[in-house]
Amino acid sequence: MDPRAIHAALGARFGERILGAALDAGSPFATLATDAIAEVAAFCKADPALAFDNLMCLSAVDYPKETPPRMEVVYHLFSYRHLHTFALKVQVPRENPAVPTVEGVWGVANWHEREAWDLFGIVFTGHSDMRRILLPDDWEGHPLRKDWQDPEYYNGLHVKPTPQMMERVLSGETLGVGPFDFTPENRHLEQP
Amino acid sequence: MSAASPGARIADWDQDGLDTDEMIVNMGPQHPATHGVLRLELRTDGEIVRRARPHIGYLHRCFEKHAENVDYPGVLPYADRMDYVASMGNTLGFALTVEKLMGIEVSPYLQTIRVLMAELQRIASHCVAVGTYTMDIGAFTPFLHLLRDREKILDLFEWTCGARLLYNYNWVGGVSHDVPDGFVRAARDFLREFDSVTFPELLDLIIHNRIFVKRIADVGVCSPELAISHDLTGPNLRGSGVARDLRKDFPYSGYESYDFEVCVGKGQYGPKGSCFDRNWVRVAEMRESSKIIHQALDRLEKLEKTDVHEKVPKRVKPPKGEIYFRSEAPRGQLGYYLVSDGNVNPYRVKVKSPCFTAMSVFHHLAKGMMIADVIALVGSLDIVLGEIDR
Repeated sequence: MDPRAIHAALGARFGERILGAALDAGSPFATLATDAIAEVAAFCKADPALAFDNLMCLSAVDYPKETPPRMEVVYHLFSYRHLHTFALKVQVPRENPAVPTVEGVWGVANWHEREAWDLFGIVFTGHSDMRRILLPDDWEGHPLRKDWQDPEYYNGLHVKPTPQMMERVLSGETLGVGPFDFTPENRHLEQP
Repeated sequence: MSAASPGARIADWDQDGLDTDEMIVNMGPQHPATHGVLRLELRTDGEIVRRARPHIGYLHRCFEKHAENVDYPGVLPYADRMDYVASMGNTLGFALTVEKLMGIEVSPYLQTIRVLMAELQRIASHCVAVGTYTMDIGAFTPFLHLLRDREKILDLFEWTCGARLLYNYNWVGGVSHDVPDGFVRAARDFLREFDSVTFPELLDLIIHNRIFVKRIADVGVCSPELAISHDLTGPNLRGSGVARDLRKDFPYSGYESYDFEVCVGKGQYGPKGSCFDRNWVRVAEMRESSKIIHQALDRLEKLEKTDVHEKVPKRVKPPKGEIYFRSEAPRGQLGYYLVSDGNVNPYRVKVKSPCFTAMSVFHHLAKGMMIADVIALVGSLDIVLGEIDR
């Protein structure tokens, strides 16, 4: 099926819970109401004409400068039976974002959703194992948000390089050797 | 009769006195058979794994955040470092994604070079996959043989672009260097040896070896439904008998004009989708890659040379928009979700790593397995932790 037919099939089933669509984009997508995603996902997989048995990718994107500021979760679907693709999008607010989980529909969503929680702080309600996956368990914050600031300290260690640290290292203070001169002239001294 | 007395038979032992608690075993993160820094938390009952839980992230360096802070050509070296065993595939995927967003179409000569490099890389990558796999399950010699063959491919790469592991070869709109004079002949020399000597040797030494077959032919069986639901791709999916290959289904870089077959697991020695089938697909794919390289070399001689930097934009600045593009990397479908806000830096790059999704099925397959088979399973999924953790 082409994207228009897929969009029409979704529209016929879910009506105004399909909020919008961009069918001429590089990867055509439809935007859904956030609470509808689990239902739409189950329909996409079960419907024999759509048969989206594969979730190719689940990504989150942060848009703090849009009005209103929001985050998006994008589901890229693929059907091994019909070899067609489509994408679904849901929008969530940046404060306390929550999306229903789709791990019951596609097994791989379990890890993708954990990654989205880890790096963006989006909670997937109903998820069986909402833990951090890539970052350490005691990490604070969600680094792929656009307003992320590198932490000064991690577990009591000073981790953010400061200009003063750089100066100290270059002058040899902390290492006990140096000072170093990185100007190119000193690199290859001419032999007498 | 007390249990400790000499001559006691097992049947006479006081069964209630034996401790049968489950034990948690941490395999890794510094275990040689985990192919990097992967920690497997195994809840074991004797030798049987009751529950497995992989812990990843030890190599995490947040490629996606780096990518947002550099311009598009600057992403390519970072992309190289994801799957460091098959770097050509990573950069090819990213370059194609950006080209698709910008509407750049490279010349047939360049496409042929890209296909040639991608397939050489596929052979090299499968050499490492199968070689390290045999070492995981206890055979040392094939590993050395296969790394010897890979070495010859790395020599070709080094000759072309100066690097042996992380090439930064595929650029947006081109490649970094044209193939050197005499490359076609050298590549043919490699293939002549590979086709007639080393590949049959590989089949004799491992794939048709009775010990190898009996060890893994019914271990780690993954059904096609489970594989698709957990987004296993590439050799892992084809090992389960699903004949899907992006090079055939959604061809890019002119793959539609090459004559090759999609290899699938046949289950000739056990259930379909076992560790053996996944390895069998990798080995069979090496032969198909060799076929493609033969055709690409023939074309390279006939095609008119074009400047490899001809289409490289001075300033890579794609229009506002987004795209999801996937390519068939040696380990499976590598997808890039790219959002551009019309700036020189990408707004968002999300990588769908084939190893990440392959690892997500691990706890399903490992349940009820022997501990020794866990090693065989992890190796057969052919994961590279640099790509899982990104």
